[in-house]
Amino acid sequence: MQGFPLLTLLTFIPIFGMIIVLLLPKSAENNVKYTTLAVTSIQLVLAIVMILNFDYSAGGVFEVSSFQFIEKVAWIQIPDVAFLGTLKIDYFLGVDGLSAPLVLLSTIIFFIATFSSWTIKKSPKGYFAMYLLLNAATMGVFVSLDFFLFFVFWEVMLLPMYFLIGIWGGPRKEYAAIKFFIYTMLGGVFMLITMIGLYFSATEVLADGTQAYTFNLLALMNQNNYLTDGILSPSNPDNWRFMAYIGLFVAFAVKIPMFPFHTWLPDAHVEAPTPISVVLAGVLLKLGTYGILRISFPIFPDITRELMWYIGLFGVINIVYGALAAMAQKDYKKLIAYSSISHMGYVLLGMASLSSVGINGAIFQMFNHGTITAMLFLIVGIIYDRAHTRGLNDFGGLANQMPIYTGFVTVAFFAAVGLPGLSGWVSEALVFVGAFGVESIRTITMIGMLGILLGAGYMLWTLQRVYLGTLPEKWKELKDVDARELAMLVPLTIIVVVLGIFPSFVLNIMTTSVNSLVDFLSTTLN
Amino acid sequence: MSESSLISLAVTILLLPLVGFFIVLLFGKRFEHLYKLEVGIISVALLLSIYAGFVKLTSYVNDTIIAQFTWIDLGNVPTIGHLTVNLGIMIDNVTIIMLFVVTLISALVHYFSIAYMKGDIRFSRYFAYLGIFTFSMLGIVIADNLLMIYIFWELVGLSSYLLIGFWYEKKSASDAGMKAFLTNRIGDIGMFIGILILFTNYHTFSFTEIFNHISNGVVPFGSNGWLTAAGILVFMGAIGKSAQMPLHVWLPDAMEGPTPVSALIHAATMVAAGVYLVARIFAMLTADAMLVIAVVGAVTSIFAASIALTQNDIKKVLAYSTVSQLGYMVMALGVGAYTFAFFHLVTHAFFKGLLFLGSGSVIHSMHHEQDMRNMGGLKRKMPITYITFLIATLAISGIPFTSGFLSKDGLLAGTWAFGNLTGHYLIPIIGFTVALMTAFYMFRLVIMTFHGEPRNQHKYDHAHESPKLMTIPLIILASLSIFIFYTPNPVAPADGWFYNWVKAPQTVVPEEARFEFMKSESHEIEGTVNNDSHGGSGSGSATITHSEMYEHAMHAVHYPAMILSIILAGLGILFAFLMYHWKKIDADKLAEKLKPLYNLSYNKWYVDEIYSFLFIERLLDFSRFISWFDATIVDGIVNYSATFTRGVANITGWFDTYIVDGLVNFTAFVSGFVGLSFRKMQTGKVQTYIVYVVFSVIIILLVLRPF
Amino acid sequence: MVEVGLTHFLVVSAFLFAFGLYAIITRKNAILVLMGVELVLNAANINFVAFSRYSNYGLNGQLMALFVIVLAAAEAAIALAIVLNIYKTFGHVNVDEIDNLKE
Repeated sequence: MQGFPLLTLLTFIPIFGMIIVLLLPKSAENNVKYTTLAVTSIQLVLAIVMILNFDYSAGGVFEVSSFQFIEKVAWIQIPDVAFLGTLKIDYFLGVDGLSAPLVLLSTIIFFIATFSSWTIKKSPKGYFAMYLLLNAATMGVFVSLDFFLFFVFWEVMLLPMYFLIGIWGGPRKEYAAIKFFIYTMLGGVFMLITMIGLYFSATEVLADGTQAYTFNLLALMNQNNYLTDGILSPSNPDNWRFMAYIGLFVAFAVKIPMFPFHTWLPDAHVEAPTPISVVLAGVLLKLGTYGILRISFPIFPDITRELMWYIGLFGVINIVYGALAAMAQKDYKKLIAYSSISHMGYVLLGMASLSSVGINGAIFQMFNHGTITAMLFLIVGIIYDRAHTRGLNDFGGLANQMPIYTGFVTVAFFAAVGLPGLSGWVSEALVFVGAFGVESIRTITMIGMLGILLGAGYMLWTLQRVYLGTLPEKWKELKDVDARELAMLVPLTIIVVVLGIFPSFVLNIMTTSVNSLVDFLSTTLN
Repeated sequence: MSESSLISLAVTILLLPLVGFFIVLLFGKRFEHLYKLEVGIISVALLLSIYAGFVKLTSYVNDTIIAQFTWIDLGNVPTIGHLTVNLGIMIDNVTIIMLFVVTLISALVHYFSIAYMKGDIRFSRYFAYLGIFTFSMLGIVIADNLLMIYIFWELVGLSSYLLIGFWYEKKSASDAGMKAFLTNRIGDIGMFIGILILFTNYHTFSFTEIFNHISNGVVPFGSNGWLTAAGILVFMGAIGKSAQMPLHVWLPDAMEGPTPVSALIHAATMVAAGVYLVARIFAMLTADAMLVIAVVGAVTSIFAASIALTQNDIKKVLAYSTVSQLGYMVMALGVGAYTFAFFHLVTHAFFKGLLFLGSGSVIHSMHHEQDMRNMGGLKRKMPITYITFLIATLAISGIPFTSGFLSKDGLLAGTWAFGNLTGHYLIPIIGFTVALMTAFYMFRLVIMTFHGEPRNQHKYDHAHESPKLMTIPLIILASLSIFIFYTPNPVAPADGWFYNWVKAPQTVVPEEARFEFMKSESHEIEGTVNNDSHGGSGSGSATITHSEMYEHAMHAVHYPAMILSIILAGLGILFAFLMYHWKKIDADKLAEKLKPLYNLSYNKWYVDEIYSFLFIERLLDFSRFISWFDATIVDGIVNYSATFTRGVANITGWFDTYIVDGLVNFTAFVSGFVGLSFRKMQTGKVQTYIVYVVFSVIIILLVLRPF
Repeated sequence: MVEVGLTHFLVVSAFLFAFGLYAIITRKNAILVLMGVELVLNAANINFVAFSRYSNYGLNGQLMALFVIVLAAAEAAIALAIVLNIYKTFGHVNVDEIDNLKE
């Protein structure tokens, strides 16, 4: 695979697709859809090719040599800029065990959400163009290894998301879209500040032997590259590093979303069209936790160790708080949105353990949450398409009316509940095993286990209210799932079941990288 | 047959029902007769497990066969080294007996259900669920590690949920299913924490490896207290699954499920999984942990028995009786009577399965009537059901020549011995009291259902003996409730083969955390009382066995305990006949006299109401509060900051419009004003300008005048 | 009898100038304004001649006066032509109302 620009293709094929979509005439709705489908399928194939050629023994994380599918060219390089010296930003892509599973996840989710987008009625051309742009930006975030590039993709992602919610959303779409936009933008500002601070604190030796400030994430992870008097250098006695860490963390926390920065999520989910909810929950939330793993942890190992207890605490708050809030919801989609918050708490808790088991669990939980929540939102979408209501108390007894659908619901719900044999449990268990093994967060981990109970509580209650019991007269006409919906649910179900029984398929991709990350965290600056 | 083929045999037995589950679930709707596949599969599994049991008990009777594989490989983990999560299968005598019990009862319930569930709209689905239940239960049985037990533990919970809520159109059924799942989860959390304590210290889930570590003196976090905690926490799983106090509430409600399911899951097998789990971790239980377990078991048994005394629903009585008997088993493990606990588990599985199937037969023939007050006199109509039911009742009451007598008597002797050794006499007292109560309420049940005159003539007239598919399982189970299957000597279980197959494992707990009578020195003092070698089934080279002194004490009380238990059982039966058959004592008057006690018992000590009020309502309140808090406070802050920002923006906008821009406009205004005033002069008329010129010239002249 | 001297001439000239100026300023009729201009020019002529007579500048004053008369004739010719054109265009010769370069 040497020399084949796999990651560039992964990232920019959607842009190419978007251009095609924009060039197509407005009336060619089907061509627009098939173009999108073709693009996402090619991406999926590329991602599978990537995984098949992936070297499981390469650590990655902080060493350029052990990253895979690297592409590095100078993007912006201007010598002798006033006081900067050489201004240099690289187009630097690569994957390791932390990002590869998430790239795979994104391609799967975008592929499946394409089917879900099939029923979009309102100007499909614009919708699919935005959808593809979102796709490209997301992919870009996962594969960038240059902070500037990362930031560019991060911010580009906002724009299509804003329009996708704001135009194709529900009744309060403007409110939700603006809330989402401003919230994430706020995070972006913090990230920008930290990024610039880091830029002026570390240098990298260029090919011609001169030193230049750098956005290269891997260079920023190496503590030797920092200037002695840089504002964010470890040697700087002022606590700017701490502040920068908090700022960066807030940027990512908004995306996760972490309590108390989570309130945009229920609104965004409730208003967004089904496929966008799927993508939002399935992929975009992972960007936050991925960012923490990729940027916060290795660049600030010292602060990370200092704050791990708080990260764990917020994880536990997310778990319990999200679950409790979900329990009280009367809107199906809102309930799933809050359950998302709860499940992302496990990711935080696992990461806070700073142990291999916990971080493996966290990444695996990201993957599983992606597939399971995608399923859950598809399930809500299916019932909403038919009944045009999402009130949990409006339903009952759908199990008899829509048996196949209810079968998928049961699998998805029990996966979300964390039933062994389905993928969600494996990652939750790993998170708990990892977190419990660390003395400082042991107590809060035990509190977090309440999430297991509460999760089962609201999920089963929902199952009972919507699917069990007797069928109200007005839903006697509802049809069971059709072929298109099966095409979305079946692959996800298979993934959920197979990964529950053979988690190694995904876990093996990440273990080496996670181990080297943990090793790096525990040895650097110690 | 080699050991590895025994393992593959066990795996085959395990996977067969799963295959059945998938096939029947996916295609059951299309092919009506597919349920026969599931029934056939379970029959094959039964035959295979009989064969496996035969091989194991003849060729490898003292061996423990373990096979492991790596499930998750986490690579070279910093500070720990190479970390893998292994799953595996362990086959010892306990496993093989359980395999037989589970597949047998499962198979019988399958046959019984064909007739019982006839005409149900989800007939094939029902058999699929039975398949996944059997699969998960077998998984627990053959697991060699805590993680695998936990996995199948939860899967058993799932199948229990599905089967309790099988008739989900009824809200009470789906409620009961949910309650069962959630109550179990509470216990499971404790169990999971216990497992985590062990894993954190030993980096393995395997029983044998954990025991090896402990016997090498490595205790969790370096303290015996943590070992106790780990034991009690893992036991919490058993509290949930085996319906011990205070998590027993789900089991009576679980009777909402179809009756054969109650027989299989909620009487014979699944609820016994808790006992099985405690038996598996028996070796690592400290004295404190055992005492806790014994107390929980004892309290549960008397508590449940007290409720069973007054219930009128035939299944409810049996449900509480199950809880009570499970309490017995747990108590027996707590006092160290390992063998008898497991023995009672097996015999109880048969006779309680029989009781439930028998009650199913009655309910079936009475057209789903469950209230005993509407029954009576059924022995004439249903002779086979009656006789088999009676045998089971005798067994549970502990009448000689039954299996129940053997196990229960040994169990009670165990508690007595424990009382003698440690001074905790309350436990045997509770044990014997429960024996009395059990005999009473079981015979009350038999008399009200089968004896006397029919109370509801209409229903009685329609009652009939059940079809062969239902009675044959009853007969098989009834015969298994006879002593001869376990020992040739009806009064001495120790003479039987069962006693030789199942030995208490050698404890691995540090000396200082054991009971006095389990300490190694006692071996020296007591000498060998029993000529058995008592090789612990887990680890070899045992020089000391913990149970010598205990065995001795048990032998000492064996006959007194037996006589006492027979007398108490007889008394219980006598009271039952006096009150319900001969009506010498008026039950209603007695109830009237003991009104508060009666009410307490009749209303199940109000536990459900208390839980509902204390926990469920409060939890829902709290969740509503959180939701309100989220929408109002957290989101309120967000929205407020938005409003605030907008307010600031408005002020800024006003300032900009009126102050900053105002200044600009003012400047313009001033110049405009000036312009306006001078504009008048610019008339555009030459004549006016000339006037200006003239006057200007005059003024200039005046000003510049030279004088 | 007072001898006629320079002052008398200047006084007559001043009156003439004043009348002319007055006509220029106050008359609305373009013809009358032109006549006022003639008066002002003639007042200047009187001054020229008078100053020339009572000083020793030779005939400079008279020459200048002749020059002005010629100029005035030319001016009157052109101005009357303009006024005629104005009259043709607007239908009147009121200077106040002539504020457009085109109709």
